[in-house]
Amino acid sequence: MTSARKYNCVVLVKQVPDTHNVTSNAMKDDGTMNRAALPAIFNPEDLNALEMALQVREQYGGTVTVITMGPPSAAEVLRAALYRGADRVILLSDKKFAGADTLATSYALKCAIEKIGAYDLVFCGRQAIDGDTAQVGPQTAEKLGLPQITYADSVVNLEGDEAIIERAFPMGNELVKCTLPCLLTVVGSANQPRPPSARKRIEFKLAATPLEYRELLERRPEFPSEEALDAYLAARNLKIPVWSAADIGAEEDKIGLAGSPTQVYKVNFVVLETTESRQVPATQEGIAALMQELVREYIVG
Amino acid sequence: MSNHADSRDVWVFIEQEEGQIAEVSLELLAKAQELAKTLNSQVCGLLFGYQIRELAETVIRHGGDRVLLADHPELENYRTLPYARVAIDWVRERKPYIFLLGASPVGRDLAPRIASAVRAGLTADCTDLQIGDYESKKEKRVYKDLLYQIRPAFGGNLIATIVNPTMHPQMATVREGVMRRHEPDATRTGVVEEIEPKFEARDFALKVLSRETHESNVNLKGAPVVVAGGAGVGSQENFQLVQDLAHLLGGEVGASRAAVDAGYVTREHQVGQTGVTVRPRLYIAAGISGAVQHRAGMQESSKIIAINTDPNAPIFQIAHYKIVGEVEQVLPMLIKALREKTK
Repeated sequence: MTSARKYNCVVLVKQVPDTHNVTSNAMKDDGTMNRAALPAIFNPEDLNALEMALQVREQYGGTVTVITMGPPSAAEVLRAALYRGADRVILLSDKKFAGADTLATSYALKCAIEKIGAYDLVFCGRQAIDGDTAQVGPQTAEKLGLPQITYADSVVNLEGDEAIIERAFPMGNELVKCTLPCLLTVVGSANQPRPPSARKRIEFKLAATPLEYRELLERRPEFPSEEALDAYLAARNLKIPVWSAADIGAEEDKIGLAGSPTQVYKVNFVVLETTESRQVPATQEGIAALMQELVREYIVG
Repeated sequence: MSNHADSRDVWVFIEQEEGQIAEVSLELLAKAQELAKTLNSQVCGLLFGYQIRELAETVIRHGGDRVLLADHPELENYRTLPYARVAIDWVRERKPYIFLLGASPVGRDLAPRIASAVRAGLTADCTDLQIGDYESKKEKRVYKDLLYQIRPAFGGNLIATIVNPTMHPQMATVREGVMRRHEPDATRTGVVEEIEPKFEARDFALKVLSRETHESNVNLKGAPVVVAGGAGVGSQENFQLVQDLAHLLGGEVGASRAAVDAGYVTREHQVGQTGVTVRPRLYIAAGISGAVQHRAGMQESSKIIAINTDPNAPIFQIAHYKIVGEVEQVLPMLIKALREKTK
């Protein structure tokens, strides 16, 4: 049933602090987070989104373009995408994007996707583990005027300008048919993301954005200058482009802090009310006594 | 873009499926009543569906002063675009001050779509909502009576209060179980206003071919006892101890997000900010360190027993009974003590 049509995919990804692996040494004594102790990772469900796009390309042909918005160090997730088979990666980075909430983020992503131009499917992870909002996908879809399919679990079929997608919720499933282009937010159960390919790791080892050239030159003394490095990378398709707010034609009052309706008014450290509490010895006697007490107080029936 | 001179009404999206209003919508109506009282304004429920007119009465009984009703065959089952069309049109026309939605799969699909279209701020998974003033130091002005959208942030080590001073409505989603619903009050009266939705062809870009729902047999919210396991349980085999104890106590199995992510148990067992909020008579936290997102979902339990190897685990600070030890040793002791008790 495969049609002759090819499908161009755009995948939106995010680099996030690994909040799932918060250990006690990730907390400073004053209760704040020790960000240095939290490694930056590829947002897990964004890997599922990338995998889904790669499978579409493998089955139907087309291209996979990966975009991320973030600081210069976010290029790391773009390299990770190249190692897994992305055709093209783009970093959206500009101090003017800083402080963006989900609305301002979705506007910047919309501008970047429009600059890419020809696309059939936009994929993103259902949500990012640092905020868990699940908002950027639907907001980007709305700004692009696209239908959205949240909780996407599999691309069942693509034919002509129509996609059949299976959605998976905690309490059920849904099979939908949607006209293209459309935006999908992908759940973690959708697939098993492929590991980086060893061959591509070598091929894209030097892939870098111009924002990383200075650092790269320190490690690679064989390049005499940034210009030489740039020429070398550009000739081998290893130069990762960086798009600024101006590059994507973003209106300044719609990006960064200025474009964000929500503001953090205050942040409180979590003060735990100390409950009247008792230490129970971890022995059979201690625990039996606790049980008896709970029965006496009608807590355990 | 700012429209705070307009209405101060508090809107609630009423989620319904097959004529049954979602629990979270009734809970939000109760919270909306409280907010509207402070604001001296009204609660308005947005009720969409097909042949669901009689549900308007339920909305009023649970706290709605007004019901905006769209009853149309195209709205029978939830689909993003037709629902968003109606909601966006009404928000543009009536300019509500606050708009609350459940953080359910439907609410999480719909709310960002609306927020993007009307360029409003939206805060997901709030654990508390209050009315208060906000002083903007940069603008040197005070915004009166804003919605404080309170939620854990930064990996749960902090509680952030988010405000949206100008780009209204102030939108927020809240998980089921976080707010408490009122008992229905048959003496309450309200206005029902039916509006004919205006669709465009592109609102029907998506068709639902089939839909399958499975009832959950997990009832965390109503369980008198919850035995919950975390990463400290260590393995799926050890998690069986959590299940055994829950079964013996006539309770339900809960879990921290870490335990769910580790695959010890399915997501419907997750307790916390992004899971279920519970208030049982007894909560046993086994191998759960007690990140604020987890505590947000269980700290109102009447009695809390915590088992952890780390004597400094935050869970101990809210526990009534602290047991420092290995989960795989302590749980069998609890099971044994309980079996002997009931002999």
